Amino acid sequence: MRTLLYILSFAALVGLGFWAYQENYRTKQIVNEAERLQVQISQARARLGVLKAEWAYLNRPDRLRELAELNFTPLALMPISPDQFGRMDQVDYPSSDPVPAPLVEINNPVEVSTMSMQEAGQ
Amino acid sequence: MSAPSLRIPLRPLARILDARQRGENPDAIEKENLRLRHEEMRDRARIRAEGRIVLLGAMFALAFATIGLKMWVVAESEPAEPRTSIAGSSIVAQRGDILDRHGRVLATNLDTFALYAHPHQMVEPERAAQELASIFPDLDQDRLTRDFTGKRRFVWIRRKISPEQRQAVHDIGEPGLLFGPREMRLYPNGALAAHILGGASYGEEGVHAAEIKGTAGVEREFNDFLTDPANGGKPLQLSIDLTVQAAAEQMLYGGMRLMNAKGAASVLMDAKTGEIISMVSLPDFDPNDRPGLPTEGHPDDSPLFNRAVQGVYELGSTFKIFAAAQAIDLGLVKPETIVDIKGPIRWGRHSIRDFHNYGKELSVADIIIKSSNIGSARLAEMIGNDLQKQFLGQLGLFEPTPVEMVEAPSGQPLVQKNWTDLTAMTVSYGHGISVSPLHLAAAYATIANDGKRVRPTLLVQDGPQDGPQVLSYAAALQAQDLLRLVVSEGTASFARIDHYSVGGKTGTADKPKPTGGYYKDKTISTFASMFPAHDPQYVLIVTLDEGVETSGSEPRRTAGWTAVPVAAEMITRIAPLLGLRPEIAPATLADITLTSQ
Repeated sequence: MRTLLYILSFAALVGLGFWAYQENYRTKQIVNEAERLQVQISQARARLGVLKAEWAYLNRPDRLRELAELNFTPLALMPISPDQFGRMDQVDYPSSDPVPAPLVEINNPVEVSTMSMQEAGQ
Repeated sequence: MSAPSLRIPLRPLARILDARQRGENPDAIEKENLRLRHEEMRDRARIRAEGRIVLLGAMFALAFATIGLKMWVVAESEPAEPRTSIAGSSIVAQRGDILDRHGRVLATNLDTFALYAHPHQMVEPERAAQELASIFPDLDQDRLTRDFTGKRRFVWIRRKISPEQRQAVHDIGEPGLLFGPREMRLYPNGALAAHILGGASYGEEGVHAAEIKGTAGVEREFNDFLTDPANGGKPLQLSIDLTVQAAAEQMLYGGMRLMNAKGAASVLMDAKTGEIISMVSLPDFDPNDRPGLPTEGHPDDSPLFNRAVQGVYELGSTFKIFAAAQAIDLGLVKPETIVDIKGPIRWGRHSIRDFHNYGKELSVADIIIKSSNIGSARLAEMIGNDLQKQFLGQLGLFEPTPVEMVEAPSGQPLVQKNWTDLTAMTVSYGHGISVSPLHLAAAYATIANDGKRVRPTLLVQDGPQDGPQVLSYAAALQAQDLLRLVVSEGTASFARIDHYSVGGKTGTADKPKPTGGYYKDKTISTFASMFPAHDPQYVLIVTLDEGVETSGSEPRRTAGWTAVPVAAEMITRIAPLLGLRPEIAPATLADITLTSQ
């Protein structure tokens, strides 16, 4: 009886040790995974920051004004003027069977940030 | 003691009998045995107590050892970031962005690199210096060579370099050239809203990081907010509208050039909320590359000087509406009351005269419409010094504007200490008191806001300000009507534009000479306006410094010829951007024909 108890408790010890070992390794793996994700998140944030700055820079009013002037022939863009305000009764009612405009599908987005190139190179 | 010890009887019969035979007292045996028994019990208790003390001591020793060990570990181990923490994911820029009222970026951070050198690690210092000088043309090669070959162990080369420059420096292949990560403050819109934003520079600087500090404007005012980690990089949202600001700067710059002015300022304010939608001061600068403080010339002529906030000027006749509004508010006059304007008024060695001779008497409305100095002086006389001073104080014209900029306190109005009757008269037409265009905007906004005081602010607001009523509702409405009449019949006729009704008052003041007295040919011309006139929502102040209109036979310097046309153009351009529907003359509808005529 006593021997059986010893054997059982030893087996339990081995089992628990094995389980603890496994848990330990799983935890470490998850920590590594979390760390990798953190790095990814911070990289994505940095990239987002750069893209936002680039977007703001490309959309600065000076540049847009110059572009509008350079492309005046095809686009004929003018600053908004009071004449362009209309009244509700000037707006046509939509025709009864509207033909839906074909949607333009965008399936090849172009990434322009330097970081996306870095990531692609990695 | 698991095994029960053999209990020795206190009176063992054998020894008792033996003792009796020898004639001894058997009680002595009993006492002796009792003593032995007690000694044994005492020894046992002592051993037990001693064991307990040892155990307790061991526990304490262990506890102290544990704490000591932990302290040693903490002291000796290398610090490391916790590997798994939620905080790690929220690491964002060290300084918050600044946005306009619609969330467009006015200032943000960009990761970049700083270049420094460890000369003692260099392999070929001379070649490195030469290559660096070819990458950065503004660096002095001789100086670099001296630095690299001398005794210095650390040399900063550039604070910020672009990725291309970094690659070029990499390509030199010099191990002594090192890069440190840097964040740099970027103002993507260039000179736009430069005076409001101010600028930023590096504060404490290390190899791995540098602190960004605001040097002026809101960057400095909100330095603590922007850098507070508790905010988690939350952006600062200003009340500025990027589009309107850009349009205002463009129009004002054009106007300034056209009117040959050396400087100009404009303030566009929401009359209900006090939000500054756009504030321009020209000439301006690029906050990405903020110029140094001026070393020569008058500091007020530097591009860094914010004319709208810091520049205090005598704004001339724009003040007349305050006298008229107050006189109406106090019930002294009505717009149609006739006032004696026989002049000039002589006061000691001063005399008050009008630009033209307007005859002997004018109604209050005509005093404003024709801009009569004498008439305003008479109104001020009726009001009295104390009440006038109190009213102007309530409009905020005696203290710096409460706008959220470091420069605001430097825009302290210049007021005469001794408020004499003469002061009261001159102040009524805007002389003898110097305020900034922003002060004037706030005061006009108070009239436009139906008499409730408005404080200017640069932060986006939730709703209208509920300031104290400094002018009665009726008087404010009448003042608004008077301002509309100035445009429709009076000195500001150029502000009669097609699509919007504008109300406003012109003001032309001779510039004071630094030596005393006034220039004859240098003026500050101002147009203070509000639109739409029947229910004012926005207040626009335009000020031109030394503007002169030269299309006629002789130069014209009055605001009606200089500031008003510029303001009119600005309103035509800006009002649609603000979403104001044109009212006066809507475009003719092509498909409606009136057949009944």
